[in-house]
Amino acid sequence: MGATRKIIIEPVTRVEGHGKVSILLDENGQVTRARLHIVEFRGFERFIQGRPYWEVPVTVQRLCGICPVSHHLAAAKAMDVIVGADKLTPTAEKMRRLMHYGQIYQSHALHFFHLVSPDLLFGFDADPAIRNIIGVIKKFPELAVQGVMMRKFGQEIIKRTAGKKIHGTGAIPGGINKNLSIAERDFLLKDIDQQIEWSRGALKIAKDYTIEHLEELSDFGAFDSSHLSLIREDGAMDLYDGGIRMIDSQGNKVIDNFNYQNYTDIIAEEVKDWSYMKFPFIKDQGTENGWFRVGPLSRVNTADFIDTPEAEAARKEFKALTGGKPNNLTMAYHWARMIEVLHSAEKIKELLHDDDLQGEDLVVKGERRSEGVGLIEAPRGTLFHHYKVNEDDQVTMCNLIVSTTSNNVPMNLAVEKVAKKYLSGTEITEGLLNRVEVAIRAYDPCLSCATHALGKMPLTVSVVDHNGQTVDKKST
Amino acid sequence: MTGTAKKVLIIGYGNPGRLDDGLGPVFADEMEKLQLEGVTVDSNYQLEVEDSAAIAEHDFVVFVDADVSGPAPFHFEHVVPKHHMSFSSHSISADALMAMAEDLLSSKAEAYMLGIRGYEFNEFGERISPEARKNLDDALVFMKHALEDCDFAKYVNRFGVEGR
Repeated sequence: MGATRKIIIEPVTRVEGHGKVSILLDENGQVTRARLHIVEFRGFERFIQGRPYWEVPVTVQRLCGICPVSHHLAAAKAMDVIVGADKLTPTAEKMRRLMHYGQIYQSHALHFFHLVSPDLLFGFDADPAIRNIIGVIKKFPELAVQGVMMRKFGQEIIKRTAGKKIHGTGAIPGGINKNLSIAERDFLLKDIDQQIEWSRGALKIAKDYTIEHLEELSDFGAFDSSHLSLIREDGAMDLYDGGIRMIDSQGNKVIDNFNYQNYTDIIAEEVKDWSYMKFPFIKDQGTENGWFRVGPLSRVNTADFIDTPEAEAARKEFKALTGGKPNNLTMAYHWARMIEVLHSAEKIKELLHDDDLQGEDLVVKGERRSEGVGLIEAPRGTLFHHYKVNEDDQVTMCNLIVSTTSNNVPMNLAVEKVAKKYLSGTEITEGLLNRVEVAIRAYDPCLSCATHALGKMPLTVSVVDHNGQTVDKKST
Repeated sequence: MTGTAKKVLIIGYGNPGRLDDGLGPVFADEMEKLQLEGVTVDSNYQLEVEDSAAIAEHDFVVFVDADVSGPAPFHFEHVVPKHHMSFSSHSISADALMAMAEDLLSSKAEAYMLGIRGYEFNEFGERISPEARKNLDDALVFMKHALEDCDFAKYVNRFGVEGR
């Protein structure tokens, strides 16, 4: 290998909210690479083998305590294929969609109000003692309360569609196990207009911030990339289902309306010796060039339109900034994420007024199959669940591609760009540490491996010289 | 039922799919079966900011979590509200959650942490190790006793049932 030294991470297993960044220097002290290390358990795919397929939508929620609903729904969609349920009943599909929009809504709201807003409201260079949720609570208490209440509203939806937080059973192979009662509907409806109003406000903050700081953000961890997401057949944004679309950095459709049951025809995963995470890539483009971004930025970039009026108006404003071309700014993730918050709120209202949610026809079945794939647009991006099931109904193979792995290369690239611009000498300054955090946070990575117990670790950034010596190391 | 008219919230958290990390939720399940008047029981994979809203509606909150390295069978301590956040996690610590409930929602709740010692965490599996199960049983006995008068402060820094 060259003048830089390979870093092997130790098999640390108990991490939550733990990130480790290594910035590698060459002989001249220049940044050559930056790597974000995230420890990901691969044991889950083995653990699930031998389990009966109908248990899987519940069991997979144990994979991630941060977004259990996304895993629940992706697994249920895969199991729909196994039981031959090619088209769910309207009640089943709409209940699942409601659950999913609730998940997107609460996840995005929390991320924005409690993790991102300090950066946007106080600036990257603000004193870290102020640039945090405490500062927001003190200076903008109404925003902090909104964040809590938006999050709570999303959780109330999940509770009424999925059941208990820790034992969610709403989606089952071929459908759902309950509808939404009138009382539950009315409980949620009484708050929806307030939620939409708050969503508009959050969107405005994200949009105004991006436009006002465009010059700075254009050079902040920004890079051209492909974008991948599910898309409805008519080109609409669809967070629950659709075909795979990938566009290049200029907006050309590289893949479109691709049936995800055959995703292995176009996507493969690479293993690298410095990370436990897999690196998904488009086969035709190879491991070097075939990476792509996923998540809110990609979804707003790939969609031809959004089928709710206020979010569509917001999408048009977003696209106008780049003349209709994809927006490749890492920090534009926040604006896109808030467009999705408003879209989710609009969709929730639309669904709550739909009588199909009170329907009694909950499950369908068809010809049993031995293999199924379920994809969903989770809050952080496209989530793949793939299973094979034997004649005894036991899972024999499981493969998962989670969105944080798809954004693995982009996050490394974003950190590298930031390090090259802001690392002066070998010392990790507060400014660099802040900006590394900000760049990673834009992707809303799931650093949780779903185990947490007492004792947590922060973000650690290390600078490693060409001899492999750590010359500086700081933690947040 | 609690020996007072005070409202108590018990939140057991952890991942039941990660062996002893599930001690908190299993504890919550067992407490819920008792249907104690004045006691609300909740469980989740981790604490989340919206828990602050429920906390603000109670007089006491007891967080129940698996403890990786604390004393066996359990450790009971006061939770002092304190703001801090990790850089990307959607979860929140008990002390930060209490600070949020206090500052944002004017919560007056007193909070305590019941850390139950676990031993096996680094595999997938929905079971509690035999040693941790014993600790869990002791913790349940302790909590039922403590709920009789809700004078939780007197149990702070106690380890195990002998501390009753």
